[in-house]
Amino acid sequence: MKVTEKDVSYVADLANLELTEQERTRMVRDLNSILGHVDSLSELDTKNVAPMAQVSDRFGLDDSKQGSERFAYASRDDVHEGLRKSLPHDVALANAPDSDGTFFKVPKVIEK
Amino acid sequence: MNLRNLTIDAARSAVAEGKISATALAESYFAKIESDDPKIGAYLMLSKERALTKAAEVDAQVKKGEKLAPLAGVPVGIKDVLVTKGVRTTAGSKILANYIPPYDCTAVARLESAGAVVLGKLNCDEFAMGSSNENSAYKPVHNPRDLSRVPGGSSGGSAAAVAADMAVTTLGSDTGGSIRQPASFCGVIGLKPTYGRVSRYGLIAFASSLDNIGPFAKTAKDAAIMLRTIAGRDPMDSTSAEVPVPDYVVEIEKPVKGMKIGVAKEYFGEGLEPETRAAIEAAIQKLAKLGCEIVDVSLPHTKYAIPAYYLVATAEASSNLARFDGVRYGHRANSVRSLSDMYRRSRDEGFGPEVKRRIMLGTYALSAGYYDAYYLKAQRVRTLLTNDFIEAFKKVDAIVGPTCPTPAFKLGEKVDDPLAMYLADIYTVTANLAGIPGISIPVGNSKENLPIGMQIFGKHFDEATILRLAHAYEQAA
Repeated sequence: MKVTEKDVSYVADLANLELTEQERTRMVRDLNSILGHVDSLSELDTKNVAPMAQVSDRFGLDDSKQGSERFAYASRDDVHEGLRKSLPHDVALANAPDSDGTFFKVPKVIEK
Repeated sequence: MNLRNLTIDAARSAVAEGKISATALAESYFAKIESDDPKIGAYLMLSKERALTKAAEVDAQVKKGEKLAPLAGVPVGIKDVLVTKGVRTTAGSKILANYIPPYDCTAVARLESAGAVVLGKLNCDEFAMGSSNENSAYKPVHNPRDLSRVPGGSSGGSAAAVAADMAVTTLGSDTGGSIRQPASFCGVIGLKPTYGRVSRYGLIAFASSLDNIGPFAKTAKDAAIMLRTIAGRDPMDSTSAEVPVPDYVVEIEKPVKGMKIGVAKEYFGEGLEPETRAAIEAAIQKLAKLGCEIVDVSLPHTKYAIPAYYLVATAEASSNLARFDGVRYGHRANSVRSLSDMYRRSRDEGFGPEVKRRIMLGTYALSAGYYDAYYLKAQRVRTLLTNDFIEAFKKVDAIVGPTCPTPAFKLGEKVDDPLAMYLADIYTVTANLAGIPGISIPVGNSKENLPIGMQIFGKHFDEATILRLAHAYEQAA
């Protein structure tokens, strides 16, 4: 067993999940089953292989350009006028579970 | 009007020639949905007002004799992970049960600008996490071909709606096969474009480096029209590529004779059902008869794709889904003690079991002490998997193989075994890790009359070639 009940509690904490007793038991079983399969990756020697976080920097770009120049199309001029307007206040708050019309409202943050 | 196998051009022409109004066409789809969907479950929400407003606009254009856009009056459905302004968007999750987006997804906006009539939002696995559509928090989708079977996932509703003629064409999303696998299971065409080909703006994020939006259609030409409409640079998504979009509708008519088609032995190994194998081999023979040259290629790291994928995808998901905290939108738990209690209980109540499982796995893979062994390792293997394709594509124009190891399985069959469910994605996750395009096309039926799909992979940004092959196959079949 790689993942214990204690690990599940710790990770649930990091992930802002509570999980019931039943869910925790199930999670220990499922994570161990999946990670058991994932262990096959250790068969591969990847010491000299660069990690790949995404594909955009490798494909579809103008190879004649270097560095950030290759992504120049993705930025715009630094202007103050003519930008797309932000959402109006009331629209931005329309889906809020609780608000006072100006701010999102949440329970007390600082506990005594 | 007979809706059976109605294509984009047939629908548009009927509207343009005044055989049916766009309004009446939309109404007949709504009637069809109302009669047939209760047993299938493809739609989560109908957007009648929005559809009829758009249809009326098209009808006014017809009346005035104006030139009609390529999708004028064509009824489409949208997977519920794509946000639609003013139309409830849930991502198949209880946590977004009451979410009314304040903006439109770029792909949806582009379809509507091209005249499409949005009928409603399609059922899917919660946050697009699943391979059977059984993870929808609302209801499962039944495969129109056999109601006891799954339609595939996560875009099960999008595939089923096309298969059951409840939309001419639909949009789905594909993070590890979520367009191609349900297309295969339901006997329709499903296209996952190159990463960056279609803007992801307005797609509720699952795994940002793997997510793609793409179409479901009845013909390769319809898929070509859909891709042409939604593809191309969008300033709202910095990862949408500035690569010119060819006219796929013209491209698909070009000959396929002399094309080199790769077949990778790693896609025909253990686990591939004999009937599926036979159907794919027959389809490859058909491509050979069309003058394609069949070439053996190797994708040696294929067996590591599932573990690499499920680490990368869940790590990204755990980060993306951190935004659901009950503050700005979505479900908030009642009578909470503190802010942190609110976060936890809102997420606990709002997310379903598979989403929690993936958040947990991803958080674990990113946590101190495990980051190098899991997440970073998976990213390195991702490089190897991508290089496999780069090498293979030095020799061939496209690579073909099965979309899935088996036809559609029964509802409930794999629901208690997440690993078995993940392993069913073996042939599809590779394209997402490498960022290449892939299309699934129907190539036959099993003895039980279940559809079998063949997958065609292309080079980065070369959707034209795989659509051309799909079209040539379809014309010959």
